[in-house]
Amino acid sequence: MRLKGQTRTVDREFVAEVESEIDTAVAACYQCGKCTADCPLSFSFDYTPNQILRLMQLGQKEMVLRSESLWYCATCYTCTIRCPKEIDIAKLMSVLLIKARQEGYVADHKIRLAQETFVNSVARYGRIFEAGLVGTYNLKSGDLFNNADIGPRLLATGKLRFLPHRIKGRREIRKIFDRLRSSRKGKR
Amino acid sequence: MRIGVFVCHCGSNIAGTVDCPRVVEAARGFPHVVYATDYTYLCAESGQDLIKTAIQEYSLDRVVVSSCSPKMHEETFRRAARQAGLNPYLVEMANIREQCSWIHSDKEAATRKAIDLVRKGVFKVSRDQELFPSFFKVNKDVLVIGGGIAGIQAALDAAQGGHRVTLVEKDQTIGGNMARLDKTFPTLDCSSCILTPRMVDVAVNESIELLAYHEVEEVKGYVGNFDVKIRRKATYVDWSKCTGCEECVGKCPARIYDKFNQGLGRTKAISLPFPQAVPKKVTIKKDFCHFFLKGKCRVCEKVCQFEAINFDDQDQIIERKVGAIVVATGYEAFDPIAYLEYGFGKYKDVITSLQYERMVSASGPTMGHIKRPSDGEEPKTIVFISCVGSRDRAKGRSYCSVACCMAMAKQAILTKEHIPDSTSYLFYIDIRAGGKGYEEFVDRAREEYGAQYVRGRVSKIYQKGKKLVVKGTDTLLGMPIEIEADLVVLAVGIAPPQDAPELAQKLNISYDQYGFFVESHPKLRPVETNTTGVFLAGACQAPMDIPASVAQGSAAAAKALGLLAKDELEASPIVASVEIKRCVGCFKCEAVCPFSAIQRQELRDGIMVSNVISTVCKGCGLCGVACPTGAIKVNGFTDEQILAEMEALLL
Repeated sequence: MRLKGQTRTVDREFVAEVESEIDTAVAACYQCGKCTADCPLSFSFDYTPNQILRLMQLGQKEMVLRSESLWYCATCYTCTIRCPKEIDIAKLMSVLLIKARQEGYVADHKIRLAQETFVNSVARYGRIFEAGLVGTYNLKSGDLFNNADIGPRLLATGKLRFLPHRIKGRREIRKIFDRLRSSRKGKR
Repeated sequence: MRIGVFVCHCGSNIAGTVDCPRVVEAARGFPHVVYATDYTYLCAESGQDLIKTAIQEYSLDRVVVSSCSPKMHEETFRRAARQAGLNPYLVEMANIREQCSWIHSDKEAATRKAIDLVRKGVFKVSRDQELFPSFFKVNKDVLVIGGGIAGIQAALDAAQGGHRVTLVEKDQTIGGNMARLDKTFPTLDCSSCILTPRMVDVAVNESIELLAYHEVEEVKGYVGNFDVKIRRKATYVDWSKCTGCEECVGKCPARIYDKFNQGLGRTKAISLPFPQAVPKKVTIKKDFCHFFLKGKCRVCEKVCQFEAINFDDQDQIIERKVGAIVVATGYEAFDPIAYLEYGFGKYKDVITSLQYERMVSASGPTMGHIKRPSDGEEPKTIVFISCVGSRDRAKGRSYCSVACCMAMAKQAILTKEHIPDSTSYLFYIDIRAGGKGYEEFVDRAREEYGAQYVRGRVSKIYQKGKKLVVKGTDTLLGMPIEIEADLVVLAVGIAPPQDAPELAQKLNISYDQYGFFVESHPKLRPVETNTTGVFLAGACQAPMDIPASVAQGSAAAAKALGLLAKDELEASPIVASVEIKRCVGCFKCEAVCPFSAIQRQELRDGIMVSNVISTVCKGCGLCGVACPTGAIKVNGFTDEQILAEMEALLL
């Protein structure tokens, strides 16, 4: 089987791997489209959630992992809650995103940067340091005035602080991250 | 003369557009009307009571009911009149619903029209005469045409009801298309395991006369008294001697197209269609027999120990008299040759779903092994294409064939069971799985057996080396898709047999643009036809699957039993009659009568005149119009009555 314009053919092993993580056969999907209709972000997707499932049914690993949709999904779980065939679509999106990152597919560098900055902030302070996060992201992305308009307003209401709020048990949090990162390295 | 007029509101159906009290007021002024009233629902029990009471209280001798179409409730009001002691044919209907309130919006105009229609009814009823139905005797035997699963079910049920049944089957065995199937959805029962016991039940049932290799030649008569001529096609084998040992089949040198196996494999000019055939008797196909073609051979005759071969056999016409007929002539698979783009007939590895059934069946020509017809190799990628000859206006087949979606899912499951490392792709437009356990069955095909459904119609199939490239579009992705297949199975639609119109004409029943027989009412009379006493069962009426065919077989038998439960049937008195004095014997009436109800009758001095067989006549009135001398009148619709109606409307 070959979709027009695609060189890679069916990769059933990949599909089986993903299925074992989401605990459902993608074949269960009968393409009703409820997930896509419910999705608050599908307007921005290159492949809608039901199309991602359809590509999975056809074993199109490369098309799926290249998709921007994985990066835009907010994991709000509306799709999962409403799916009549009980497919955990949000989890599928997460699993696919992890696989995409592992295999070096990056559909949107800014989103990867935002995610990394977010995670680093948590790793460092035990929770988000908003001002630092925005600053780091804006510097690294080169988009210096990103969200600059809402900064002053947040400052005025006391929602944004100049110094990080350090929580107790930061060392434990750091340990969690270290363990995760080392285990992933070992896996590779 | 004392006429009563009853105006129905039919809730707001009539009263919403027609001012009923004004109609009543106007009716009181019509000649001979002594009583008029209106009521919300005259057809309700209370409404009928109102009419009955008025008939007695006001000594009414004529009644006009001004309500709906006589098709709807004439019978109801006639019965009410009879219960009140009035001859039921002294009741007339004025249709102020279908022909007035429903089609108009101007209340004033509709009311005036309703008044006119009631006046017309009053003028007609005043010229009505008492009529009395005649009764005729009923033959209790049942004829079933077609020995597929629907016909078998009807025959067994009618026999169980205590009737003698003649089952006519045009092929040499009963079983029909179901005998060709390997497994049945959604339970995956072995088709022949559940069918052959029923076939044997027919053979051993003493009340059932099985006429295999026979065809209905002519049907005359009417409900309760059909005269049927049946052609026994020459088998060239004395079936009373043949034991079905097939000694002759092995020796026969003429290898011919195998109809039972849909052309997969070959059979002989003398053959048995399949081992469990009922009756298990061989026939010689004259057109292919070496002896008939070249004048020598006679090998079968030499090897038959029972001296059953008879080359002098001739067709024979036999006659049967029956009271009711069940038509269960089934379907033929759509011939996919019309789809040139699929290359059926050109590429050996493009086959029909029925051929695939024979291939998967353990009793089929490949002994249940799935093999490419071209090179005998086991296919690994199989493409199924649905709606071949269905849902396709361009091919003259707009309808859905109902059973193919499920048959395709079943075949995908069977394929996976036969070849575990195979992949099946199923092209579909919609998956129609409306039945008990059907949707779940499709789920299983998809989830447990890995059936790959692709939404879209295939555009083209072409050969590429040993493979067949199937081109289509995945309409869910909006992307063209190509599959290199080893075998392509076309899920062909259900088509009526080619000779269906011919049989319909013999039986005087209707058929639609495709050749399916037309039921009397699509919802309320699904197994009856417009010819009383002729019933329908199975796929000859519309595409349907096995459970529906069996249900219809039983339903048709039940309708026949209900009809034949009476010893005598009532014939409507609204029929034509000939005034002999005025008949000139031109027999124009005979030519126009659609029911063959006109008989030629010789008077004492050799003069020929027409005579109407009143039990056959349906009272359509064609003969009355055709008669140049006005010798024919239709009771209840005499010239005088019609002219009175016109007078009421126009003057």
